[in-house]
This record gives sequence, structure tokens and C-alpha cells, in this order.
Amino acid sequence: MPIVQGSGSTRNEHQKNKGVWSDSGAPAVVANSIIGKPAPLKDSFKKVTGEAVYADDMKFPGMLFSRILRATKPHAKIKRIDTTKAEAMEGVRAVVTGRESDMRFGVLPVSQDELSMAIDKVIYNGEPVAAVAADSEDIAERAIWAIEVEYEPLQEFLKPQDSLKEVAPELQLHDKVEKKHPNTNVHKAVDQEFGDVEGAFKQAASTPSASFKFDGISHGFTEPHAVIAHWDAEERVQLYTPQQVPHYTHRALAKVLDLPMHQIQVIRTTVGGGFGGKSDPFQHEMIACMLARKTRRPVKLTMDREETFLTGRGRHPTEAKMAMAFDKDGKLLALDSDVIIDGGAYGSFGVVSAYYNGVLSNGPYWLPAFRYHGKRVYSNRIPSGAMRGHGSVNPRYCTETLVDMAAVELGMDPCELRLRNFLPPNSITPHHKFRITSTGIREGLEEAMRRSDWKKKWGKLPFGHGIGVGCAWYISGSALPIHWNKLPQSTVHIKIDMDGGVTCHSLAADIGQGSDTMIAQIVAEVIGCRLDRVHVKSTTTDTAPIDLGSYSSRVTFMAGNAAREAAEVVRKDLAAAASKLTGQPAQYFDFAGEEIICRSKPSIRVSFMEALHEAQADRGALIASGSYQSPPLGGEFKGSNAGLSPSYSFSAFICELKVDPDTGFVQPLKIWAAHDCGKALNPLSVEGQIEGSVHMGLGQALTEQMRYRNGQMLNANFLDYKIPTPFDTPDIEVIIVESHDPEGPFGAKECGEGALAPIIPAVGNAIYDAVGVRMLEVPMTPDRVLRAIEAKARERAK
Amino acid sequence: MSKQILRCTVNGRAVEIACEPWHTLANVLRNDLNLTGTKIGCDMGTCGCCTVHIDGKAKLSCLTLALECQGAKIGTIEGLNEYEMHPLQKAFAECGGSQCGYCTPGFIMKSCAMLKENPEPTREEIKAGLSGNLCRCTGFMKIYDAVERAATEMREKSVPAPVKA
Repeated sequence: MPIVQGSGSTRNEHQKNKGVWSDSGAPAVVANSIIGKPAPLKDSFKKVTGEAVYADDMKFPGMLFSRILRATKPHAKIKRIDTTKAEAMEGVRAVVTGRESDMRFGVLPVSQDELSMAIDKVIYNGEPVAAVAADSEDIAERAIWAIEVEYEPLQEFLKPQDSLKEVAPELQLHDKVEKKHPNTNVHKAVDQEFGDVEGAFKQAASTPSASFKFDGISHGFTEPHAVIAHWDAEERVQLYTPQQVPHYTHRALAKVLDLPMHQIQVIRTTVGGGFGGKSDPFQHEMIACMLARKTRRPVKLTMDREETFLTGRGRHPTEAKMAMAFDKDGKLLALDSDVIIDGGAYGSFGVVSAYYNGVLSNGPYWLPAFRYHGKRVYSNRIPSGAMRGHGSVNPRYCTETLVDMAAVELGMDPCELRLRNFLPPNSITPHHKFRITSTGIREGLEEAMRRSDWKKKWGKLPFGHGIGVGCAWYISGSALPIHWNKLPQSTVHIKIDMDGGVTCHSLAADIGQGSDTMIAQIVAEVIGCRLDRVHVKSTTTDTAPIDLGSYSSRVTFMAGNAAREAAEVVRKDLAAAASKLTGQPAQYFDFAGEEIICRSKPSIRVSFMEALHEAQADRGALIASGSYQSPPLGGEFKGSNAGLSPSYSFSAFICELKVDPDTGFVQPLKIWAAHDCGKALNPLSVEGQIEGSVHMGLGQALTEQMRYRNGQMLNANFLDYKIPTPFDTPDIEVIIVESHDPEGPFGAKECGEGALAPIIPAVGNAIYDAVGVRMLEVPMTPDRVLRAIEAKARERAK
Repeated sequence: MSKQILRCTVNGRAVEIACEPWHTLANVLRNDLNLTGTKIGCDMGTCGCCTVHIDGKAKLSCLTLALECQGAKIGTIEGLNEYEMHPLQKAFAECGGSQCGYCTPGFIMKSCAMLKENPEPTREEIKAGLSGNLCRCTGFMKIYDAVERAATEMREKSVPAPVKA
């Protein structure tokens, strides 16, 4: 497992100051025994035996089954809904429609624009219109088709350009649109300019520019959406749902069901993949609760694969015009970008997406001048939202392509040009004031170049065979919570009773990325116990303290720090107990291997259990709480909060591939993926995250696209929506770069999202190296590559 | 059409159950026999999450009608660990071959059938053997590692050093 130490690293001050190792600041006597060692995910043993319980696996006495009737028009008035035939069917227990509630909700407080079911009009093909609860799924399925709906079609908005136009109020998809563009379907517009952009372009030696187009893509998690709601006899709502963000669902449920939050319990079931696609509060969650309210019975709602695609929240279809300016030495001077993203029917995370598509272009290179015009529009298509690498992936393809074009124009090696422009560690970006603490991108790129034999290959491989590079950065947790309040962003509780089990409570959602294991590792490391002693309970809102959930790559950084803080409280208690038992001063103990060891006289030691029972005397179970809140960050201008993070991850990828010039078929051969994750708390898991990101990014690069005709998604299944199979996935060589972040827990940063973005431009740039064409449309499907090759041949012939 | 009786064995246990003729084996395993380790990811034979063994061969239970299995010997992920974990199950967990876990039972059942036919597969043969299964989390690399490791263990009946903290 190659791990490269970043020399641009900063020291991990908190370990010294906060006494993870010692209160005196003396160097550690014992090395890490758990952190940094590969550990299988704690819950994976249940997953390999089939024991893990996903929402659709659950059964309750008296449980009913539900199906949703969905709109069959992209944009239409609902003239009439008649549910009488469905209600009269034997075995049907309840039917609900939009009449059930007109309360709007959404993940962002500024975009509360979703209805549980459509009222008066439908705004995308697939929008929930009605739902049935019945004794069996077969009956529910038959009953929804007995519901009669009459539509009157309205003008459809199926291309983002159409949504920019001024229209009559009844053709606006939502009441609230961007103030700067009233009377349109523009959801959010962001306009920012910093530094002398015009001047930079005038003095530049190279000013590459291009227009890019990206199809929408979907998360493609393997577990379809499924929930179970129960309105129990104590008048409490129990919702079992595979949520990445149980807390926001909890809030939205309280609003829509008009109940105090404490009367609702959200229980996260095992999550069969999320990638951002299970992080909105969802209509089906509301619908299941409404059916449960009507029937007072547990109601299960499981979607099929097509409905899961229709529920959406994938990456925005994007059109981008971008230009960059470089001086003759390859120094980046300015970036000018104009981006339209198609948000589909709802707001979702879109305000954030509109900002991220611009501001996250302020790295990983030092950018003196920046201009961004971004618009997110509403349309009659499947709602877009947050997907792995949220808002940074598509613009990253554009910038990395332009950087490559500049290198060609200036006669420089593209890697060399990148090395000249990286943000240094311990710096603040000039305009947005993003604070860069640690970065290992330089070491990462250099290592990837070495391992890939870049210098011998770039520009030197035969026609049809190429190599390309892409770099990226990503936030390691959004520094500002979605809901403004003074609560910490993450809290972790620890309870240790006389049985010696260490129970950690947190609402950080383990969605397969291994956050439960991460919390257990940190706690076990701090208090020196075995990993199997630590049990993480992270599923229920009744018992877990609030954590904002698994999005924006925040969990390791924030929940990890909260866990560390809580564990340090326990450690102090245990040290005091050890001191009482041995007569040695409490500050001179080390914790490792289930023992508490006197540093100056290592022969003096007490076992974990001995110290624990002493600490529990007259007091009972040890309990402790730790929390994390981001430090104050950022500049002072409107929108300055977007893109702020306590730390950033960096990555540098190189891809070698072959292009068949006769068919346009691209075959990736090998990928070298260097990612700076601060400190690999669990290298096995870090590798898995990076390999998974590369695989998902390759899908967007080459094969995945949501295709539409007349507003209907044509390929809402896994046969036609082409996720790379084992045959399409080349060998991936992961290079973990450790830059030891000063504020991350044990120096860690994110590794789950940032590693997706660079693979797409690495593929695009390698295609250029192979056959000399710039791919401006993503995915780079064989037909598009072939068209580009043919266009180039025609140009040459002229 | 009325229900018909399906008689077969599931994980060695004799089963006699009334089935709707249109219910798939995946439905019956999950809903009637409560063997929920078999997952449904697409319900149309494209993801491999529902892979089970029918008379020793890997089959997609979402494309198999339950009543086609009269007299068949059916094996599911729950039947793989008899008294102790199967080497494949252990290897998938220890090598990081399972993240969200939803595709894992399908991958393990498929790998198990593959190793019966070819106990010493090359990396390329593993790729080919698993090409009908989709995993969205791992990028497949750790899955190949797991299959290779389990194959070694099953051949040599010796346990390689575990990847443990």
C-alpha cells in the first residue's frame, strides 16, 4: 500500500496541545496501535453473511405495502384526480393525494419548494401524484392504476436555455425564483468578480477557451429507495429509512406532519449506497408517514429501479463556457466562467450547487483573478441535487482541459505547468479567503508521474495510445451548517459501563463508507483499548446526539474530532483512576494495548478494566461528550460562505488509455490515483474510497448519461444506464498522500468525494494525447469521440 | 390463477410453500422464507444482487419464477456459513470487498459458483466471472483481492494472515 508523506505538511498541533499523547507535550512513548492500520469495516461481517438489515428487509406485524402513482407528463395541470375505484378495491387500506398536505419542504431552508404529492399541477414526468397502502404489494400496484388522473398539458421547459426566458406567472414552476431574474424559471444566479480579469486576459500569453456540455448522471446506488413508517400507539412516528442525513429528514418530517420533533424518531437502516442520492428529505418518506397516519399500521414503501432513477438528485446537466489566462511561464492569471446548470423540478441542494460550480474553481491552483456567472434553472426534468463531488466535478473538467490546452500552446509539459501553480500549504486564497492548511498535491502529482513513467510517455506514445493528467481539490466538510444555529456540527457521546463495552452514540450516518469504524478507531486509539470493545450506535435520533450527516465529506473531519474530544474526557477519568491505583501523577500515563502505562516507569501499569472499575466507583457508568464546530473562516462578501471548509483534500490522477480511431471506443488501461487525505486513519478504507471514486468518475467520463425524450427519461434502468462493469474498469493504483492536517482528527481529511473529479479530465486529456481531439461533451461515448476524430480529419483535409 | 405448491430444498432445509405463479424466486426467498440476505437491486437481471445457487449453479433469482424450482436445491448467502464463516465471506470483509454491502451477497454467491468450476482463477478470469455483477462502491479492486484470497484459502485449506488491526 503506497503511502507518500507530503513534505508540504504542517505539524499536527492538536495532538500535542490537547493531550492525545500526553498532557506535557512530551513525545509519545507508544506508537499508534490502531490509527493508520488497515482495519476491515466493523459492519462488513454482517454484510457478507446477509445479516445486515436494509429497509426492505424489515417486517412488522400488520404491515401494509405501498406504491406511488407518478406523473406521466413533464408539465401539466391536474384537472381531476379520482381515487374512488382504488379505494373500493379489496385489500386497499388508504389512498392519499396532494390534498393530504400543502406544506412545502426541501433540504435547504431557502428552497422549501417540494410537495409530498403534486397539487394542481405536475412539474416533472415521475413526480408523485397519489399513493396507496394495501394488504400486499400486488394489490397496491393494481390499485394505483385504478386511480384516474386527467392532465391538461402546459408549455414544457426541457432545455436549460428555455428556463432563462421570461414567461407568464402560471408558467413559472415555483413561486420563488431568483430576484435578479423575476418572471423566469431561474432558481439561483451567482455573479462574482474578483481581481482584474480583463487586464489579465490582455497581458496573457495563452488564453484557452471552450464551451462544454455535460449530461446529467445518477448516483446508481444498488439499494433502491425503501422506507417503513409507523404511527405507533403512543402517537409517535417511527420512520425507518436509509438516510445519509437523518437530521434534516427529522426536521422536514416535523414541518410536514406538523408534529414536535421529539414525537418523531428517524431510524437509519443499513444504507445500500448513497453518494448524495439519499441526502434530501424525500417525498416518499412523507408519503409513507401520511399513509401510516391514516391507517395506524406500519407501511412499507419500496421503489423499483425506475422510480429510484426518477426520484433523482444526481449531478446537474451542465453547459459551461470557460476561459483561462496564463503568462508565458505558465503562471495562471485569471479564470472567466459562465455556467448554466439544470436543476430539474426542485431546489434541492441547488443554491449550494450554483455557488460550488464557480467558487470551487479557486483551487487547487493559485488564482489571482476570477469571474463567474452561474445560473441554476428549474426545468421539467428529474430533480438534480448533490452527488459525490457536489458542484465541483463538471467545472473541474473544464478547467483541467483548459490547463492542458495552455500547456500545449506554451510548449510545456502539462504536469510541469500544474506544478507551477499549486496552492501552497498554510496559505489563504486571494479573494474567497479559503484557508489552505495542509496540502500534499505536489508530492502526489510527482509520485503519480514517477509511477506512470509520465516523462517517457506523454506526447511520445503511438497514435491511438495516450496518457493524461487531472488534478482537483475538495472541501473536507462544509464549514457552515445548512440551518443557522449555535449548535455544534457534530456531537459524540460515549458510555462505558462495568461490562467494559465502549458505546459511542453519533448521528453520523454510516452509508458504507465506514464512518462507524472510523469513530471506533479514534476512540479505541485515544483510550488504548481493543477495537472490538467499541460499539458505535449511529442509527436512531432518540439516542444519538445530532450530527449533520454524511454529506460534503464532513464526517471524518467533524464527527472524528467530536469522537476524539469525547474519548479524551474518558481518558482523563481513566488516568485519574490509574493514578489513584498506582500513586503516579495522572498526566504521565500512556494508553495502549488495553493497558495504562506509567511513562517514566513502564513496569508500573494497570489494565483497562482495573482502571475502569476504579473510575466507576461511586459513580457508575463513565459518560462523556465531545463536539466539533468549525472555526470562523472566510471573507466578507455576499456568498462568502460557499466553499468554506476547515480543510481541503487534494488529488492528482494520471490515466493511460487506448482509443480505437475507427470506432471511437476508449479503453482505459491504467489509472494512478494520488489523493491527499491528511492522514489515512484506515488505509484499507481510504483505498476503497479512492478506487470507488475512480470507478464512479470513469462512468461519468465514458458511459453514464441520463437520456431524455420529451421530458421522459429513456434509460432509467441498469441495462441502458451504463455503469462500468469489471470489464470496463482498469487496474487502479492508489497512492495515498499524507499531509497531516493540523486540525483533522489525527491529521485526517476527507477521501470519499475529492477523488472523483480528477479522473474525468485525466481521461479527456489522455484522449487528446492519443488522437489529438479535445472532448467538449461528457460522457465521452464512442459516437462523440468518433465524431470529434472525423471533424478533425475534415479540418485537416481543408 | 391460484397459488401452487412449491417443493424444494433451501439451504438444505425441505420447503413446501404456496406461491403465486408470477412471483419470482427472489420474492419468495425474501418475503415468504424471510431469507432477506438475497437482495433485489434492479429486478430485471442487470445488477446481480439477487444471485443464488440453483442446483449448484449461480442464477439470478429475480429472473427465475419460484415455481420453476420444483425439486431444486437452492442455496442462498445465509446457507453459505455452516457453523463458521465461508472463506469467501471472511475474505470479502477482511479485504474491504464490501462497503455498503448491498451487492455483496450476490458477488459472494457468484464467486462461490465460479470457484467451484475454476478453483485457481487468474485475475482476468475473476473479472470475466464477475462481469454480470455491479458494485457501485468499491471499484471492484478489493473484490478481486477477496476472491483471490479466498481461492487460495480454499485450495490450500490454510488461512492466510488476516488483514487486521
